Amino acid sequence: MTAYRFLVNGAPAEVDVPGMRRLLDVLREDLALTGTKEGCGEGECGACSVLLDGQVVDACLVPICQVDGRIVRTVEGLSLAARERGALDALQEAFLDHGAAQCGICTPGMLMAARAYLDAGGGPDDRAIREAIAGNLCRCTGYTKIVDAIASVAHADG
Amino acid sequence: MPAEPPIDTPRHLFEAYDRLAAGSTRPIAGGTDIMVGITGELGPVPERMLDLSRIDALRGISLEADGLVLGARTTYTEIRTSALCREHLPALGEAAATIGAAQIQNRGTLGGNIANASPAGDTLPVLLAADATILVGGQRGEREIKAVDFFVAYRKTALAPDELILQVKFPLPPGRELRFRKVGTRRAQAISKVVVALAWQDGPKGWSDVRVALGSVAATPIRAAATEAVLQGARPTPEVVDRAAETLAAELKPIDDVRSTAEYRRAVSARVLHRLLRDAGGW
Repeated sequence: MTAYRFLVNGAPAEVDVPGMRRLLDVLREDLALTGTKEGCGEGECGACSVLLDGQVVDACLVPICQVDGRIVRTVEGLSLAARERGALDALQEAFLDHGAAQCGICTPGMLMAARAYLDAGGGPDDRAIREAIAGNLCRCTGYTKIVDAIASVAHADG
Repeated sequence: MPAEPPIDTPRHLFEAYDRLAAGSTRPIAGGTDIMVGITGELGPVPERMLDLSRIDALRGISLEADGLVLGARTTYTEIRTSALCREHLPALGEAAATIGAAQIQNRGTLGGNIANASPAGDTLPVLLAADATILVGGQRGEREIKAVDFFVAYRKTALAPDELILQVKFPLPPGRELRFRKVGTRRAQAISKVVVALAWQDGPKGWSDVRVALGSVAATPIRAAATEAVLQGARPTPEVVDRAAETLAAELKPIDDVRSTAEYRRAVSARVLHRLLRDAGGW
């Protein structure tokens, strides 16, 4: 086993685990960050979406050895600045305002995919938002409110 | 959950070659296929893994005298956003855009799509239609393999176990046109039912260098020789286009599987080719 070091939500993390362990398992089991959910475990559903060096990825498909030296952001650290003042990220507020969650298992992944989209300069265009979250399945099929919530933040940003 | 065999993370190609030469080693780049494939449920788990993610020699997109060259680790997102790809090979970007969604496109690589050698690999018909060449290397040296010779049987390639895919080279003949179309159950996160790529060059004597390549309709990505023969030296008039589509339907031998049926694949392949040819003919 090798020690792997990386940043999670701004804080240094070090784990001594097999290099092929999934980032998803390291986050949930080794670092107790259970906000990231496991859905399908095979890159179909996006429930485990996190940001790796700012890009949205499925944490179930990333071996931890490839995370060494890199920057991970999970739903727990969606907005570090907001968290420090006891507030939520603008996307989380918008999801609450729009009722953009039903059972909730897709929500952390939806938030991360949406954050990557907005951070890359994405706007309120409906088609572009739907493409940005095309890798995130909501089995309650409540997409409309999710898209509306993301668009409202894009509007506010724009 | 994938098995957790030991993994090496070399920084240089020669170290990777050493590991591969030692045997029983499975390379991993973006991991989008392998992390799902090595759970033990789909066959034996590799003894060792070889992480390619730190080898910079496998990266980069460059325009060279003999074509557009993409490093094996080029991701689908990099293909989609590359100014060089957009200008010189937009069909490859169109193919990359149909693969999974952002999460997969940020991780999956062109070299991985080739090495995985799925008959449904979405970029592979583009490689065949564009007459791409795959550069592979190992301790025994480097060699070039034509894409059309690379996929030898179901998920079997011409790559030796001690070799790595290094680069893909796309020739850019002046005036060459290239079109791509994928048919899946939905726009994102869908494994293809039919993929069609079509290339041609127009000249005073009609079309030349016509290549009709397809995915998901045979054990490997294939070219449709009889259909190409119909189009070679011709132009996409209504009569020629009808005949090309009929020839393709007769030529293909797809199978029924979980994603589609042989009959659907045959009919849709012909319709998609018909549409691409009609658009090319401007009618």
